[in-house]
Amino acid sequence: MADFLFWMIWALIVASAALVAFGNNLIHSVFALMGTFLGVAGIYIFLNADFLAVTQIVVYVGGILVLLIFGIMLTNQISSAQISQSSVQKGLGFVVVLGLLAIILSAVLPHDWVGSTLPMAFEETVSGIGYLLFTDYLILFEIASVLLLGALIGAATLARKEL
Amino acid sequence: MDHLSSYLVLSAILFCLGLYTVVTRRNAVAILMGVELILNAANINFVAFSKFVTHDLDGHLISVFIIMLAAAEAAVALAIILNLYNDRGHINVDEANALKQ
Repeated sequence: MADFLFWMIWALIVASAALVAFGNNLIHSVFALMGTFLGVAGIYIFLNADFLAVTQIVVYVGGILVLLIFGIMLTNQISSAQISQSSVQKGLGFVVVLGLLAIILSAVLPHDWVGSTLPMAFEETVSGIGYLLFTDYLILFEIASVLLLGALIGAATLARKEL
Repeated sequence: MDHLSSYLVLSAILFCLGLYTVVTRRNAVAILMGVELILNAANINFVAFSKFVTHDLDGHLISVFIIMLAAAEAAVALAIILNLYNDRGHINVDEANALKQ
């Protein structure tokens, strides 16, 4: 049952990401992106990352996706629901990306990762992440807070009417 | 499902689809969506290696910071895109080449 669910989520992520990459309607692409984000949250649960799964849903689906939809609504004339988008150099891009995929897979799959056959048993991660955040990763945490403040002020300044 | 390679294949496919989106799209918002796909692929790799290889929480921490960076980047990028639209009336990145002249 869990195996079946895993491969369903796997297929959902690949299919919706393909719709993001190849779809012709921008609105369809954004809603397909929601499928990708929710699927990745499901993959996090299979990877024992309970905190990350919830963070993924809250930040990506609740924040970034809404921001992207606002971006589309504010930069198109919404006279029809059909917001088309075009691509350039599809053939060349496809060949290059396909080659890159072949290179990555041929490098990653034959490699014998140490310990890759014994997964870690599930234990909740919230307390561990909180502990590490205020010990080993304290500098990174402080830098992140300054960066978020800078991004907040920068975005608000850039988006004003009179620049 | 209990093997590392299924996650690595998934994240490789997700990365390549994101890269294809970034390379071929003309709409700036669509390019931003491609960047989010790439960041998600990186996150899957970090957490998968954390579960199967290193058996600790460092990969989770890095993923938290990547999600935080993605949020900040999306906010600033959309503010820039709004300015581009006010200036040009479109957001096609291949026509935003004023610095070339």
